[in-house]
Amino acid sequence: MRRPAGFRTAYDGVVLAAPVTVPYQRFSKESAHHWIARALRGSLAAARISPAELDGFSVASFTLFPDTAVGLTQHLGLTPRWLDHIPTGGASGITALRRAARAVQAGDADVVACVAGDTNHVDSFRRLLSSFSRFAQDASWPYGSGGPNTSFGLLTDHYMHAFGATREDFGRLCVSQRSNALRNPHAIMKEPLTMAQYLSARLISDPIALYDCVMPVAGAEAFLVLRETDAVAQGLPFACIRSTIERHNAFAADPVQMRGGWAVDVDELYGMAQADPTDVDLVQTYDDYPVITMMQIEDLGFCKKGEAPAFVRQRNLTIDGDFPHNTSGGQLSAGQAGAAGGYLGLVEAIRQVTGMAGPTQVAAARLALVSGFGMINYDRGVCSGAVIISGGSS
Amino acid sequence: MTVTNSQDNHALTSLASAMANGEVATVDLTHTLDPDFPVIILPPEFGQCARFRMEEISAYDHRGPAWKWHNFSCCEHTGTHFDAPIHWISGRDLPNNSVDEIPVERFIGPACVIDCSEGAARDDDFELTPEVIEAWEADYGRIPPDCWVLMRTDWSKRSGAAYLNMRDDGPHSPGPSPEGIRLLVEQRDIRGFGVETVGTDAGQGQHYTPPFPAHYTLHGNNKYGLQCLNNLDLLPPVGAVVIATPLKIKNGTGSPLRVLALVPRSHTV
Amino acid sequence: MTTPISPPPRKNPQKRTRVPVEPPDTRSRAALGLSVAAARGRFMLQVCTECSAILYPPRDACSSCLSVDLEWQVVSNRGRLVAETVIRTSTHIYFRERTPWRVGTVQLDCGPSMICHVHGDCESQGNVRMINRLDKSGHGVLFALPEKEIPAMEDDPQLRELTCSPKFRRILITDARSESGQALARAFSRADAALVFAGEAERWRHWPERDSLKEIDNVELVPLDVSDTQSVEELCGEIGGKVDILVNNARFVRPGGVMDGGDLVFAQQEMEVNCLGLMRLAQAFGPVMRGRGADGVNSATAWVNILSIYAYCNLPQFGVYSASSAAAHSLSQCLRSEMRTGGVRVMNVYTSPTEDEWHQPLPPPKVTASKLASAVVEGLQDGLEEVYVGDLAKDLIDRWSAEPKLLEQEMTRQGGGRE
Repeated sequence: MRRPAGFRTAYDGVVLAAPVTVPYQRFSKESAHHWIARALRGSLAAARISPAELDGFSVASFTLFPDTAVGLTQHLGLTPRWLDHIPTGGASGITALRRAARAVQAGDADVVACVAGDTNHVDSFRRLLSSFSRFAQDASWPYGSGGPNTSFGLLTDHYMHAFGATREDFGRLCVSQRSNALRNPHAIMKEPLTMAQYLSARLISDPIALYDCVMPVAGAEAFLVLRETDAVAQGLPFACIRSTIERHNAFAADPVQMRGGWAVDVDELYGMAQADPTDVDLVQTYDDYPVITMMQIEDLGFCKKGEAPAFVRQRNLTIDGDFPHNTSGGQLSAGQAGAAGGYLGLVEAIRQVTGMAGPTQVAAARLALVSGFGMINYDRGVCSGAVIISGGSS
Repeated sequence: MTVTNSQDNHALTSLASAMANGEVATVDLTHTLDPDFPVIILPPEFGQCARFRMEEISAYDHRGPAWKWHNFSCCEHTGTHFDAPIHWISGRDLPNNSVDEIPVERFIGPACVIDCSEGAARDDDFELTPEVIEAWEADYGRIPPDCWVLMRTDWSKRSGAAYLNMRDDGPHSPGPSPEGIRLLVEQRDIRGFGVETVGTDAGQGQHYTPPFPAHYTLHGNNKYGLQCLNNLDLLPPVGAVVIATPLKIKNGTGSPLRVLALVPRSHTV
Repeated sequence: MTTPISPPPRKNPQKRTRVPVEPPDTRSRAALGLSVAAARGRFMLQVCTECSAILYPPRDACSSCLSVDLEWQVVSNRGRLVAETVIRTSTHIYFRERTPWRVGTVQLDCGPSMICHVHGDCESQGNVRMINRLDKSGHGVLFALPEKEIPAMEDDPQLRELTCSPKFRRILITDARSESGQALARAFSRADAALVFAGEAERWRHWPERDSLKEIDNVELVPLDVSDTQSVEELCGEIGGKVDILVNNARFVRPGGVMDGGDLVFAQQEMEVNCLGLMRLAQAFGPVMRGRGADGVNSATAWVNILSIYAYCNLPQFGVYSASSAAAHSLSQCLRSEMRTGGVRVMNVYTSPTEDEWHQPLPPPKVTASKLASAVVEGLQDGLEEVYVGDLAKDLIDRWSAEPKLLEQEMTRQGGGRE
């Protein structure tokens, strides 16, 4: 089926508002329901909408079992006419945004609260990994049970051999993000990180070492999707959606993952936004491991495949640099609150383009690119997506 | 109420008090029934004598909290055992030939013990011949009728492979010659024949004519056998009374049993 | 280069024995196909019968054409190690106790790429050959070996977890008197077993090969009669903690069917030795072996049953013996599930009729004792669950796998096709 050029409907008239982050906590005795409720309440309060008025609800979580979005409606007292449960992990923010935006555009819902939240008990991580997916259960968990550290150890090893990347190259990402995180009062990591510390860190799954890994935490993130007219009427700062893409199980024939779905649809991403990479003021990549950030930098058009290490060497990725990246510290420094890791970059980007980022604000941030990636179903992240947003007032 | 013969009364009470005061000693002629005790081995195509086996049912435990008991299994001819006439083809049609039908008074009776231990020590295949029997009778008198004759060889002192004493041509152990057993059965009308080895016949007995003459002649004449006896060296040549009571098995051809001998104290060492 | 393992030191009697833990043991039904193939040491993958795509990981529909007609087939095991990592820490207790653990991605020449365990001697980005073996949870896992044989490669610690090598281990052979017993003692001695206990029943019955058996290096005769509970318990009390591999070769064989040539006393003895003997041994030795599944270089690692291939389908000429083997086969499946938590492999060796007095009138091909013994040792070295010895056994299992009822027709007419 050939698609005519310019066929995708623009996201006119629908906006993002009320970004909320519930400060992360290393371990929590509470449930995912608790964390999700706090984020939802925060967003609704910011928009002065009551739970009873909410008619759209989208949730992403790994620790909600045995509940889904359905259980939460009764648990939290919601009566939506539009309900979604997002299983795309690190791509969940972008996926939720895409679904909700079309619902609001078509009038199927007036306001959709998009929430991601997870708790973190002492054994949450181990339990999550051991039954993550059928292919993981059958074909990767039995091989060392190293979890994503091992999956990405393999990807990183392959990437290093294929493109000559060094550990210093990855270290540059971690060090710059830590520097950004020091300006984020809610980041779980509070100490500076030097390259020497990065390089001498304890190995986890060679070549991945301690500072290549995110810290799993409990936390939640949320934002609202609503009509622009309603956001203006409520006096809410808002972000516009310039373009989105989504692609799952791309390049299945690659023996080891070295590119993600973005590479398939990147032209559409910029075409729809009528922009090119040089127009982007800040980039939030999904950073569960530095090697994936490298792939996103390549696949989202900032350089050619394999050249991200050189790109990162040449640019300054801090908030005040020439390529602001993961401005709140990313998951590597802020922490990964389960599925909320797929929201972290998007929620921060909404703050950035509406001038509400506070200590981590990038000057004159107008256009932001947010990328999502997730779900190591077996040996590669299956889900990917990206969105370009801009500040509403101009 | 029958008037009892005071003579009989007196004999029994005398015996009881003689046993109580040690004038009469009781000797156990039985090997312990044990899984390791050898049994007779036949050519492999034939059915074999089952070994003695025990399985615990419970031992003061969850299978039976206050008691201990076992099931056991074996052949009628395992360990120290009795052979009834029905055991052999020559005795198959005789009256009262199974252990449950043998008149019970036949189970207790006097025994003559013929000491062949020196001969057996020299020769694994030592034969109890008419000459050996007559030489014994020269010393101890003619063997009376209806008496047990026990062939002492001290074979019960052997253990392990030496007991069956198997070689490539079969087992080698002492026993009666055809003429010897015919003399005992036909001329002396003995009650039965007892041995320390695993069979009343010599180890190489199949090579006689008839094969296995002891079984053939004894059981063909409604006489009995006792095998795997122990402690025959503790018995006097004459004067012992043997008590050998097989289990009352329906149509049984034999059974393991407790064989005891009552002997005068003066004889015991 | 793999460091060859050393003979283990004497166990410290004051230290607690490490309790066996299992690697992850949940698999989908489709993935169990790998475990089935590994039980026989075969490298097999699903192949779509409609479009011939080779598929991995195991699945329920072809990812090329959506057909659900997928078949497990032997495929080429050659490939290249395209990515690797060394796991230094794991959330799973089994691997946590065994780090560092090498894992990699291999792209097979025939197409799929697979995450696998990797031998220490595989070269980074180099060519490998894959094997499919059972891990300690009894599931098939993929393992990359160097392309060429390397000295002492069987001693790679990750590979040793998948195998039941007799090297430096102590073996109990339950019936020394039989030809198979003697051949097994020789074969294990040659395979560097530390000690071979050979069980001797009925010492009161001499057997001619006794002296030559005693002369084999590291062989010790011990009293054992599998039909005598007391004998089994007493021996276990003495040496149970020292048995790393138990080989139950005790058997009672007689010709005869149910009616024709049927003999109840022989049947009782066949069941007693072939079936209940297994149970006696398991009740005595099983618990201690299961508890020692992670007890160092000479941990308890395997239980071997020597069964007749006619366990699968009755040969009327040996009708009761076939049935007793079938009963033992079923019991061994139960034993396998019970032993699994200790990581002790239950390996069944199904043999064609052996070259011995009871099978003397059967036509060839028959299996010599030394061939049977070699098959046992090799099966243990590969950590298999099922070994078929002799052309007849291999043929029979092939037919049985295709259609058991058809095999029954063939076996129970025309003398089992052996006239």
